Amino acid sequence: MNLQEYKDIFHNGMWKQNTGVVQLLGMCPILAVSSSVVNGVSLGLATAVVMALSGAAVAPIRNFVPNEIRIPVFILIIAVLVTVVQYLMNAYMYGLYVVLGIFIPLIVTNCIVLARVEAFASKNSATTSAWDGFSMGLGLTAVLAVLGGMREIFGHGTLLSGIDLALGEATKNWVIHVIPNYKGFLLAILPPGAFIGLGMLIAGKNWLGLRAERKAKQRPLPMTPLQGATQG
Amino acid sequence: MTEYLLILVSTVLVNNIVMVKILGLCPFMGVSKKLEAAIGMGAATTFVLTLGSGASYLIEHYLLGPDLAYLTTLSFIVVIAGIVQFTEMAVKKTSPELYQILGIYLPLITTNCAVLGIPLLNVQAKHDFMQSLLFGFGGAMGFTLVMILFAGIRERLEGADVPGIFKGSAIAMVTAGLMSLSFMGFSGLVK
Repeated sequence: MNLQEYKDIFHNGMWKQNTGVVQLLGMCPILAVSSSVVNGVSLGLATAVVMALSGAAVAPIRNFVPNEIRIPVFILIIAVLVTVVQYLMNAYMYGLYVVLGIFIPLIVTNCIVLARVEAFASKNSATTSAWDGFSMGLGLTAVLAVLGGMREIFGHGTLLSGIDLALGEATKNWVIHVIPNYKGFLLAILPPGAFIGLGMLIAGKNWLGLRAERKAKQRPLPMTPLQGATQG
Repeated sequence: MTEYLLILVSTVLVNNIVMVKILGLCPFMGVSKKLEAAIGMGAATTFVLTLGSGASYLIEHYLLGPDLAYLTTLSFIVVIAGIVQFTEMAVKKTSPELYQILGIYLPLITTNCAVLGIPLLNVQAKHDFMQSLLFGFGGAMGFTLVMILFAGIRERLEGADVPGIFKGSAIAMVTAGLMSLSFMGFSGLVK
């Protein structure tokens, strides 16, 4: 396993196969908890941890699990890991645990976790699988951060509100008031804002992809005059 | 009786599981391209969700209790996976055509977050058996309703002239956003 492969996996998770805007798997948490940056990023990181652990846990036993019952076995492993993360958050980040509520146990049914375990970890070694899970999770976190930021700025005019729930009282004044005296825009915080915001993000990703494609086309091919000559 | 009716109205319209609670989006986006598939998925989910809500109430109440609360997620997912397997066998026997359409999505009901989310919400809200059952059934009916509505819109969307970068999932998301906005109008219908 060389460095290039690790880089490819990371690029895959963050951009090419990004779960939030390309694969459209695991959208429930993306839309439901992206009302602020802090909520989004914390659930994203929790998911990334679960994905890395489940990749590492499934890969070593992949050859011992009978094919017919692999999905139930995988789900049970994921459920155990999620319960561990849930109780850790309950113990050390209680405020956040209350805010995220049932979306922490719902990581079990986040399709992307099972999808990566099934598509990647059941065919690769433990370290690569853990790295793949973590990269995918980070890609999800990135989308959650951007969408959460958009919704928070439009909805409340702030950034990083509620950071004290995650990092303790001391960070309370980290909250940035992007637009002072903002009256608030309820739509961005309500569920419709989540749907429309994600739609915009997907369109933005498509636009960037198209632009890159067009640029690649405009670049002249180095061999063109020669090819023309042989044909003529 | 009125109480039960109110639960149904509340779960189907006011607190619609997809549009307001934002659960169960994978099938909502994945299986809503064709109307028949959407109806089939809705029916299968209704069956699993109603049974799952009842069964998970019994487990939570009689088997786990407060001492074994850390097993909640684990045992719920096992029960749901079992019921899904059962549904899959039932559909395969009774309607091979439906089985063809639903294809890979039937086993994926297990990872429909609504199916695990509603039992968990039931525990959180301390519902009794009848309430849990109705909550599951109503949630699933709301899911089916939204699936059918959205599949209808998406079939029309196929032929619409959409700007290039919005083609496909982006415009579907924005459409879902507008639908969700209209469901916001039901808030306050049941207090």
